Amino acid sequence: MLTYIFRRLLAMIPLVLGISLMSFAIIHLAPGRPSNVDQSLNPKISLETRMRLEKLYGLDKPIHLQYLNWLKMMARFEFGKSFSDNRPVSEKIMERIPITLTINIISMIFILIIAIPIGIKSALNPGSLFDKSMAIAVFIGFCLPGFWIALLLMNLFCIQLGWLPLSGIKSLDFEYLSFWQKAIDLSRHLVLPIFVSSIAGLAGISRYMRSSMIEALSQPFICTARAKGLPESTVVYKHALRNAILPIVTILGLSIPGLLGGSVIFESVFAIPGLGRLFYEAVMSRDYPLIMAEVVLTAGLTMLGNLIADISYAYADPRIRFRKQ
Amino acid sequence: MSHLKKLPMIMVAFLFLSSVCAYPQDHGDAFVSGSISDARTLMPLLASDSASADACGMIFNGLVKFDKDLNLTGDLAQSWEIKDDGLAIVFHLKKDVRWHDGAPFTADDVAFTYSKLIDPDLRTPYSGDFERVRSFEILDEHTVKITYKEPFAPGLASWGMAIIPKHLLAKKDLNLSELSRNPVGTGPYKLKKWSSQEEIELSVNRAYFEKKPFISRYIYRIIPDESTIFLEMQIQGVDSSALTPLQYKRQTDTSFFKTHYHKFNLPGMGYTYLGYNLANPKFKDKRIRQALNYAVNKDELIKMVLLGYGKVADGPFAPQSWAHTSEVKPASFNREIAKELLKQCGWKDTNNDGWLDKEGQIFEFTILTNQGNEERVKTAEIIQKRLKDIGIRVKIKVVEWNVFLTEFIGKRNFETVLLGWSLPREPDNYDIWHSSKTKEGEFNFIGYKNEEVDRLLTEARKTFDQEKRKHCYNKIQELLYEDQPYMFLYVPDSLSAVNKRFRGIQPAPAGIGYNFIDWWVPKPEQKYRMLEN
Amino acid sequence: MKNKTLAAGLLIIAILSMMAIFAPLISPTDPSLMDQNNLLAPPSYTHLLGTDSMGRDLASRMIYGARISLSIGVIAMGIATIIGLILGSAAGFYGGVIDTLIMRFTDIMLCFPTFFLILTVAATLESSIFNIMAIIGLTGWMGQARLIRGEILSLKEREFIQASRAIGCSDFRIIFRHLIPNAIGPVLVNATLGIAGAILLESGLSFLGLGVQPPTPSWGNILIESKSTLGVAWWITIFPGLAILITILGFNFISEGLKKRYA
Repeated sequence: MLTYIFRRLLAMIPLVLGISLMSFAIIHLAPGRPSNVDQSLNPKISLETRMRLEKLYGLDKPIHLQYLNWLKMMARFEFGKSFSDNRPVSEKIMERIPITLTINIISMIFILIIAIPIGIKSALNPGSLFDKSMAIAVFIGFCLPGFWIALLLMNLFCIQLGWLPLSGIKSLDFEYLSFWQKAIDLSRHLVLPIFVSSIAGLAGISRYMRSSMIEALSQPFICTARAKGLPESTVVYKHALRNAILPIVTILGLSIPGLLGGSVIFESVFAIPGLGRLFYEAVMSRDYPLIMAEVVLTAGLTMLGNLIADISYAYADPRIRFRKQ
Repeated sequence: MSHLKKLPMIMVAFLFLSSVCAYPQDHGDAFVSGSISDARTLMPLLASDSASADACGMIFNGLVKFDKDLNLTGDLAQSWEIKDDGLAIVFHLKKDVRWHDGAPFTADDVAFTYSKLIDPDLRTPYSGDFERVRSFEILDEHTVKITYKEPFAPGLASWGMAIIPKHLLAKKDLNLSELSRNPVGTGPYKLKKWSSQEEIELSVNRAYFEKKPFISRYIYRIIPDESTIFLEMQIQGVDSSALTPLQYKRQTDTSFFKTHYHKFNLPGMGYTYLGYNLANPKFKDKRIRQALNYAVNKDELIKMVLLGYGKVADGPFAPQSWAHTSEVKPASFNREIAKELLKQCGWKDTNNDGWLDKEGQIFEFTILTNQGNEERVKTAEIIQKRLKDIGIRVKIKVVEWNVFLTEFIGKRNFETVLLGWSLPREPDNYDIWHSSKTKEGEFNFIGYKNEEVDRLLTEARKTFDQEKRKHCYNKIQELLYEDQPYMFLYVPDSLSAVNKRFRGIQPAPAGIGYNFIDWWVPKPEQKYRMLEN
Repeated sequence: MKNKTLAAGLLIIAILSMMAIFAPLISPTDPSLMDQNNLLAPPSYTHLLGTDSMGRDLASRMIYGARISLSIGVIAMGIATIIGLILGSAAGFYGGVIDTLIMRFTDIMLCFPTFFLILTVAATLESSIFNIMAIIGLTGWMGQARLIRGEILSLKEREFIQASRAIGCSDFRIIFRHLIPNAIGPVLVNATLGIAGAILLESGLSFLGLGVQPPTPSWGNILIESKSTLGVAWWITIFPGLAILITILGFNFISEGLKKRYA
């Protein structure tokens, strides 16, 4: 098992390198150069500084040299400094990780808490009113354009009803609040973003859970279990669920990279200072060091996610686990 | 104590109390404004984006500033004199000004700021004006003499540049980010907290040399989407915001808005234009450019795009600037004259297909503009329609801003470009119109060359006599409007709303923000009460 | 037809396609015609779905928008499917080195931050409709490739394939005339889902200002205005959003229906 993991990790390295090379090429070949100038030109702010900047950032050297320089930096685990404000890239990413991670993790927990029971209940009573209405609700949820529903909910809860704050993640007087008030303040701000980003996931996972559960329940061993006289809840939760949960685990593993990804659209609409927005702005202002860091991060995490999914699948399924040995 | 002796004390106490109670303006509360982007740096010499510049404006002062009528007045300078036939400016600095950390402000700080502005290792975009200085002398602790290589009138306004503290920054590399995030200035507000991408909180400088501002906090909330800022206003999450024409007209007509916000419609300090690439043979003949000018209805543009909130542009100056003259009349909307002028240049519809042609070629060109600016795209569309009416085919190309700057403007790779200028208060526009400013990265990217305009621009810079300068600029305006290197389109009004609880706002030619230190909120209406004074 | 979901889906999409194809005939007015007196007007007799902030009739823009959305969705997915089919069948059929190479490439593309690529392309290259279609297609073929490879791997050893080999059919013929038509089920299902995804992606991009540029109407770029008119002009938010929702529902119905058919 361990050698398997080790080998996989080793195999990841050339993959990440390859992706970084491709990304580097793309962003440097894309037209446009880093610029910090506002869209309404002011003749007092000269554009000539751009030329000076180019030299400073080494942008006048040929591409392969620039890439090698970047690789050397990466080897020392340095990500360089952001072009827009000269702060270390790692600092800029680290300060946004908590909020993105929080939203994504809570969102995932929310999805699991709601979708799995729905899926199970639908599977236990297929064709029932519950099942049918859930199917419809889930179906519609899956098809809703996220940004549209965000706008509608914002209009309803923030403007018309005034129950929730509109944007940002905390109120202006946050520091003056007590611990509990802080918790409530954060929750009020995050309710809508978390809800909206969970909708598609809810739909997907509950559908998966349902079909996976139905398939598990139709397996011969369930019949055996029932024949043994086991109580129904044991049959369902101990035997069927364990098998049915496998695809969900896979999906969870594959979602790990997504944990550090933010949706640009949600983040701009809700004014959340997250990684999605950071990345978007980096692309727009050609902030090469930042872009490369995010690419490497995403690629690495995706592969890690795949690895975890494969491992947990192998671990959970004794057939695979024992076959490996 | 006998009654007699107590009386004067009681009277004094009463007078004291009454003066305090009669003093109408309360301290406290916070002003919350919404900003689309976070500031990049609070090192003013490096601030090239508006978010950074706005915040720096509250934290730092320059030697001079513009007063409410757009006249230059002293900020850190008490007064100044022009000497040596216009070659030198002597600034007498205010005494008793202190930095936020308590250290005294002196001429050393000004000298230090100047040395950094011309330092080639510092990435400042503002060096241009300061490279014209020949020598900088410190005459005494509060007097400096700046001698230019040639008389340079715009130099005076350039000293509105923020002054940075020598005692804190002298041995440091200003390019480093830590310094950008811990600014120390002389201004009415100091940096209290900067949560990246969330908010910038400024707190009042109690020892501000002019007077202690009434509002205790100035807070920038970073909300990356303009529409969300507007929505926040509707729930009073921000206290002020710029408004689009539609928002000003329709969406703020609700009773909620009228109860809680004042709307302001102030003349704008910028204009939108269609610039012709003068190297392109299609646009070489002045008559063609004039014809196009007659063919586009500017009033229609203002009505459709700005919903009426704007003025027709009649040249390169803002209407309320002293350099502007109303003698230059904008062309009327007249398709007949347009067609006639085009005919004179050989453009007729010979094959009746609806398009003008000459030597087998249809008259067509592309308008290039940048993404993310709805106003400009709408303007381009309307121009497209109007030109279609006289037989000219226009294509519109919208390009992302960075690409726009480098690939298209930088490389002169355009036929016409729809852009805007945000004008500084000092009217000298040498950098835009002088024929020498056509290198890559410079602002005369249309390639305009007019010897008389060149001469007038140089002359206007050399004298400090405002009348003489005005005379030059008026002539320049006349020549430029006649020549039509741009189709001058419109000057949009500056539309905004501010929460009604703020008192002391006085609209003037300079806008409304110039006297922010005089704004105050009556105690019962203060919203953010947890802030200490 | 017994398969009600499939029927419902096909009906929705058929109506939308008719709208798209016959747009010039159905549309009340030219979608870029600006009615100066009716800026941001609510639905009325003259403007059935209201107008936007430039006075353009929303109903016309929605109808033409259908053209854009549907064509981008279908063509983008078409490109993705073709690429996926070619790569997937080559990998499944030939196996060995070709299989490994192609699958490694697919893995790389899957780990690649494609959204960043789309952003970069959409932002920097001309936002022409073709570029958008191409980039969505070029980054979305991986699922199809894997599917087809899986199907072919299992079909490869069946008797009818061995038979066609025996009578000397060329590889090409085997793949295209025998394998693919039998493997097409899941691919079609995935393709319809992919079309829905592509339409959603395009709407999102246009909403960000990166996709289809005005004056060309797209449901996504009509929604840009909804941000600033939320409390004031409900029609700008509701109608385009509903249109996107219904279209995606339609494709999902088809996909569900096909799943039942090929299950």
